[in-house]
Order: sequence, then structure tokens, then C-alpha cells
Amino acid sequence: MIALSHFNAALLFSIFASTVFGITQREGARDQLRYGLYCFAMFMGGLIAAGWVMWALRH
Amino acid sequence: MAEISAKKEVATQISSMPVLAPAIGWLIPGAGHLIQKRWIRGFLLMGSVVIMFVLGLLMQGRVYKPNGGDILDILGFIGDIGAGGLYIVTRALDKGQDIVAHATADYGTKYIIVAGLLNFICVADAYHIAIGKKS
Repeated sequence: MIALSHFNAALLFSIFASTVFGITQREGARDQLRYGLYCFAMFMGGLIAAGWVMWALRH
Repeated sequence: MAEISAKKEVATQISSMPVLAPAIGWLIPGAGHLIQKRWIRGFLLMGSVVIMFVLGLLMQGRVYKPNGGDILDILGFIGDIGAGGLYIVTRALDKGQDIVAHATADYGTKYIIVAGLLNFICVADAYHIAIGKKS
């Protein structure tokens, strides 16, 4: 059994989902890499934004 | 004569790939790409889906069963079944939890569902390659 922190779980989720999105949604290695990185940035950006929203709601 | 039989063989391969690639890709994540000689893509997809599914199990995520009853359980099962062979082996070995006991296990449940859903996308991509819609 493993117990990941919330951030690590979301980070790993972002890496694997971005890999699949990049490969399947674009053609050509360059576009696939760029789209994968874009998806990863959006995942992580959304994660940090959601974290700050929750912090603001709590305070 | 040999040329005709070779052409027939090629025609059979072309016609069977759109069925074979998605079927194998569903059963073994990434294999739909591998049998079409997309080695790097195939191994990356296989790694992503398999690691995500296994991490979900290690986090003690819930594995949904077909007779869930509740609509959310049925949707969870549809997501899980997308992982194909991984789901079948997991059920056969009686791995995975029936009840989510803590927050990390809830993440595990989502990992398992999303691994299956991502494999559905991989299957569709393998099909598009097989019919020539994608290179």
C-alpha cells in the first residue's frame, strides 16, 4: 500500500493523463510533445488555482 | 499465383487491422499501437495506463463490479472496464477494495477509473491509425 500526498497524487495524475492526451490528440512528435506539455501546465495551473480558491474560502 | 496470394494476404491484413488493433489495445493497454509498429507511442501509452491502474490499486482504490445497482457505481464500472485485461486480472485475483476507507483510497478509485477511460482514448487512437485517418 502507498499513501501519496494530495499534491503528489495530482502531480502523477497530471503526468499520465497529459502523456495520453498528447499522444492521442495530436499528430507528429513535436505537436504531441507541445500539447502534452500544455495539458500538464493546465492541470497543474488548475490544481494550484483551485488550492488558492479553497484557501480564500477558508479565510 | 504467388502474387495473387500475397495480395490476398495484404488485403486480409488491411481489413482485419481496424478490428484487431482496438480489440488488442483494449485487452492490453498500448498493444493496439504496438502491433501497428508505433513502438514509442505504444510503450508510453502502456506505461501511463498500467502505472496509473496499479497505483490506484496500491492506494487501495475501489474496483467497481458490474452489478453495482447505483447509477454512479455503474458509471464507475464502465470506467474500470476500459482498462480491459488489467480489470479482468484484478477481478480474477480478487484485488482492489469494495469500500473506500480513507481520502487516499478515494484518489486510488479515481486513478483506476481514469486509467480505464484513458485506455478508451488509446483504443480509439489505435483504430484511427488502423483505418489510415492518423499516421
